Amino acid sequence: MSQNNGYPFGFLDEYAKKEVRRSVLKAIALPGYQVPYSSREMPMGRGFGTGGLQLTLALIGPGEVLKVIDQGSDDSVNAVNLRSFVELTCPGIATTAKTEEASLIQSRHRIPEKALNDRQLLVLQVPYPDPLSVVEPSEDRRKAMHGEADYARLLVKLYEDIVKFKEITISHRYPTRINGHYIIDPSPIPRFDVPKLHQSAALALLGAGREKKIYAVPPYTDAVPIAFDDIPFRIEDFNDDQGRRRTCQRCGCQTSYLDEFIDSTSGEKLYQCSDIDWCNDQLTATQHLEEVDI
Amino acid sequence: MKKILEVNSFSKVYGSGCDCCFAETGPERTNICPGCGSVVAAHDVSFSLHQGEILGIMGESGSGKSTVVKSLFFDEPASWGQASFYDNGSRYDLFELNRAQQRQLRSQRFGMVYQNPHLGLNFAISAGGNIAERLLVAGDSHYQRIRSRAQDLLQRTEVLPERMDEIPRNFSGGMQQRVQIAKALATDPPLLFLDEVTTGLDLSVQAAILDLILEIQHELQTAMIVVTHDLGVIRLLADRTLVMKYGRIIEAGLTDQILEDPQHAYTQRLVASAL
Amino acid sequence: MTVAPILRLENFCKNFALHEQDKVIPSSAQVNLSVYPGRLTALIGPTGSGKSSVLNGIYRTYLTSSGRILYRCAAGEEIDLARADDHDILALRRSEIGFVTQFLHFLPRQKTEDVVAQPLYQQGVDKEEARARARATLEALNLPRRLWSLSPTTFSGGEKQRVNLARGLTARPRLLLLDEPTASLDPRTCQRVVAQIKSLKKANIAMLAIFHQMDLVKQLADEVVELSPAAEGVMGGQP
Repeated sequence: MSQNNGYPFGFLDEYAKKEVRRSVLKAIALPGYQVPYSSREMPMGRGFGTGGLQLTLALIGPGEVLKVIDQGSDDSVNAVNLRSFVELTCPGIATTAKTEEASLIQSRHRIPEKALNDRQLLVLQVPYPDPLSVVEPSEDRRKAMHGEADYARLLVKLYEDIVKFKEITISHRYPTRINGHYIIDPSPIPRFDVPKLHQSAALALLGAGREKKIYAVPPYTDAVPIAFDDIPFRIEDFNDDQGRRRTCQRCGCQTSYLDEFIDSTSGEKLYQCSDIDWCNDQLTATQHLEEVDI
Repeated sequence: MKKILEVNSFSKVYGSGCDCCFAETGPERTNICPGCGSVVAAHDVSFSLHQGEILGIMGESGSGKSTVVKSLFFDEPASWGQASFYDNGSRYDLFELNRAQQRQLRSQRFGMVYQNPHLGLNFAISAGGNIAERLLVAGDSHYQRIRSRAQDLLQRTEVLPERMDEIPRNFSGGMQQRVQIAKALATDPPLLFLDEVTTGLDLSVQAAILDLILEIQHELQTAMIVVTHDLGVIRLLADRTLVMKYGRIIEAGLTDQILEDPQHAYTQRLVASAL
Repeated sequence: MTVAPILRLENFCKNFALHEQDKVIPSSAQVNLSVYPGRLTALIGPTGSGKSSVLNGIYRTYLTSSGRILYRCAAGEEIDLARADDHDILALRRSEIGFVTQFLHFLPRQKTEDVVAQPLYQQGVDKEEARARARATLEALNLPRRLWSLSPTTFSGGEKQRVNLARGLTARPRLLLLDEPTASLDPRTCQRVVAQIKSLKKANIAMLAIFHQMDLVKQLADEVVELSPAAEGVMGGQP
């Protein structure tokens, strides 16, 4: 066991890591089932990604390449802090901002634009693991509902949405049925990212530190967002008033998930790729093309 | 007429229970066991119900009349006894079913209309959403079909279809009962439980609700158990009637016989005081 | 008489036990009678001799204290109405046994023609067909046409009685019990009722009736059974 700054490798003691790994195995064996585990105290506030961090620390080993992102950005405070904590406590690992280089990606609120492969592992930080908590306050009853796949009340919520707003207004945490049984809260990723979980080559692990739950979408597993037969699930279209797809003002990408912000000088609404790594790649490719053109 | 429900020696005790619970309680005494303080809400209740029949259960509060339907609808577990539900050639041993089986019958083959609409309706969602919930539980997931079915049901129970997207809180008490009835009927259940559905409503509203219930019974041949303390409701709705007191059935018979030729002293007093 | 009776009462007794007053009041005692298809048996006797109790006992509105009420069903078997299961009684009421009481029981907000057609609805007769038959009987009993689509709630005694009779007559049961069906009718309407009852006889319907007026007994009864208030049994005889 390597020592660093008086802490064991990965900060957690071996028993804690073993427990997390066991829970992960159980979560993979029961796709979508929320496995309870004894979430440890971490040197940061719960709600700042401690669930994701414990998964990362329990699964990472020397030689691994880690990427940490927060809303698509590698440079936000939360991402930087988590990354340096893992670097500090796990000597021998490498870090990267490049999606394709990473063997383990810990993320908050996004799944990278670039398709993941079967040698990669995605860890998502989860604030609220149970999609039923909005319709049923009692956890006992929620457990029974999950067991019986009694999810009609989630569809009632969709029904009410359509009645009130003429469309499904859930933008994040869209209830998604895994492997035909359990419905999960896929963490606050946008609707746009939900289809990326479906039949994904990479294993996705979801960890809720405060709520003490771990669950998984195993590789090549169905992940189907709930919907009505006649009103299918759809992702954000990013179309303007004329029905044209908006483009990233930086790289010109027409297919990525866009962040909207307001130019402080002109007051104009601007759109830019939320996934910075992706945006940089597109930018490089365009520049490269331009160079070739010349 | 086919038998749809048979209840044998149903008992429900709230509390620890002791050896003298049943011997020391009953219609001539009370429903609280002097030995252990347990409440014998119902004991040795047996009856049968045929398809399309309306059975009245009459009694004052504490008689156990609501306990019977609550246990049959799985709101409360039974303490003892046996209840068979016959449906599409199968027999269901109601008190032996697991939770999922109970939920399936409850959501698709039984309907319940409570005195308190808060128990039967979700007040946070629209009237239509309440009906949609029952259809969704039953496995329909086609939005337009659910919507038009909800609309038909509300129309049938005389709730203005243009109000289907309002929350039940905006409705009058009578209207809330109509929404509850529409919800209960959503899956065409062969068996409907009505627990004091008209109690607390204005007389004219009561009459209209009772009319609606009878129309439904004639149209759909739904078997019903009507729990009430109101002789008028019994007279109007029930083919047969059970009279309960302190958890026991003290008299059972055709409704006109119970009202015209009551046998038990208690029933005689009840009938005499109502006339 | 070679026709077999459809209904036989053997030593029928009815007492009322009034718990509040700690009293047992005898109503009918040791009644023996027979009712035949296509014939009318009239029950006579002074007030208090338990005539209505006999009809109520047969219909199970009253429980029988002792004795037997043997009824031969359409299916051929004989059942004791005093002891039959409630469900069997309900089934017989739906399809075989009708009762015209002095008081009309109807759903408060039902149209008169629906009140009359109700037993036919229950037998599964088509709604339009049932209504047509109901209207025909109402016409025959001279109930003004303008009343047909109103609820009988506000009708006069005579009008209500006609609705009640129409209901019993339209259903054409195998056995019809009539409890003073003409009590509040004028003589002209009475004669229409007589004509209706005669036509029911032709249709082979068995009837047991209590009449207020003795001339109706003379006109209609094939057998007469006299009850007396005393607790002794009484036997039927020819008029």
